[in-house]
Parts: sequence; structure tokens; C-alpha cells
Amino acid sequence: MAMTADQIERLIRESLPDATVEIRDLAGDGDHYAANIVSAAFIGKSRVQQHQMIYAALSGRIGGELHALALQTSAPKE
Amino acid sequence: MSDIQGWINNEVKSNEVVLFMKGTAQTPMCGFSARVVQILNHVGTPFKDINVLESNELRQGIKEYANWPTIPQLYVKGEFVGGCDIITEMFQSGELQTLLGAKSAA
Repeated sequence: MAMTADQIERLIRESLPDATVEIRDLAGDGDHYAANIVSAAFIGKSRVQQHQMIYAALSGRIGGELHALALQTSAPKE
Repeated sequence: MSDIQGWINNEVKSNEVVLFMKGTAQTPMCGFSARVVQILNHVGTPFKDINVLESNELRQGIKEYANWPTIPQLYVKGEFVGGCDIITEMFQSGELQTLLGAKSAA
């Protein structure tokens, strides 16, 4: 089962309410997305930790119903 | 620690640069793995490639080892550095070259 960009965005926002989430459907197949996420929750976290927070928000869907999600995360610029 | 976790840990700790990937460095079986191989080759870093497709136990085990759901996974000096997105980002910013101690591959 593929996921829609809206579903992905909603799940991320449930965990990171302040996040700015921008999602692109790379292949148009509902299965390969790129997401750019900006959240104050990322301040002081390594990139690995930031991505792990997103993976946790998507609770196990990556690699399963969601085949590929390219991630770019960052803290808000001052 | 289960056998597979112990095996992974040993590989990670005893090799300077290790890439867990789908396929081999010669013949990557996935675009994301291929991209990281390409970056490492460009930087000119020798690395050990481990094909997770050879064993289901390994393919599952590596995800648990780093609490990271995707492959490829790059480890440098015993530390998990990231997957394809992070490696690409670090390569573009030059951080990867610094980490790997590359003599600025032009």
C-alpha cells in the first residue's frame, strides 16, 4: 500500500507540530517521496538523530508501505 | 547481543570504513547504495562493502543495530554516519571529505 503525501505530512506533524513540511512525489507513483522538514525540535540534534525522529514519526512505514523517502532536515534559521 | 548483532558490531569496529549495502561495490543492486559507492569512490576512500542481500538475518539485523530502517548505512571509525541522504548532504558540504581525511579530491 502506497501512502499519499498528505498522510506522510500528517504523521510528521503529529510528532513535530511546529514543523514546516514540504513533500515532493518523485516518481508520481505514491511510493517515492522527498521531504524537506524544518523544525525547532532539531536544534542541537545530529543529522542522524533528526532523521531518526522522522522515522519514529512514521513508525515503521519506511521500507514497508513507504518504499523510499529522501529526507532533508534542518532547524529553523535564526 | 544476538549472533548477528555481534557479527555486525565486529565488522563495524574492526574496519575503518564499512558500507552495508544492497549488492556489492562492483555491482550495486539499488540506486541509493550505488550513489554512496560512487561518492566514496570519488572521495577515494577504501572501504569494506557488505552485501545485506546475502542474508535475511543480516538485512534485518543491520536495521536494528543502528535503529535505522533503510540501507545503505555507512560506518566510519565504528560510528554510524548516515544513509544515502546524509552522505550526499555531507559530501556536498565537504564534511564527508573532512571526516574521511581525504586529501581534497578535486
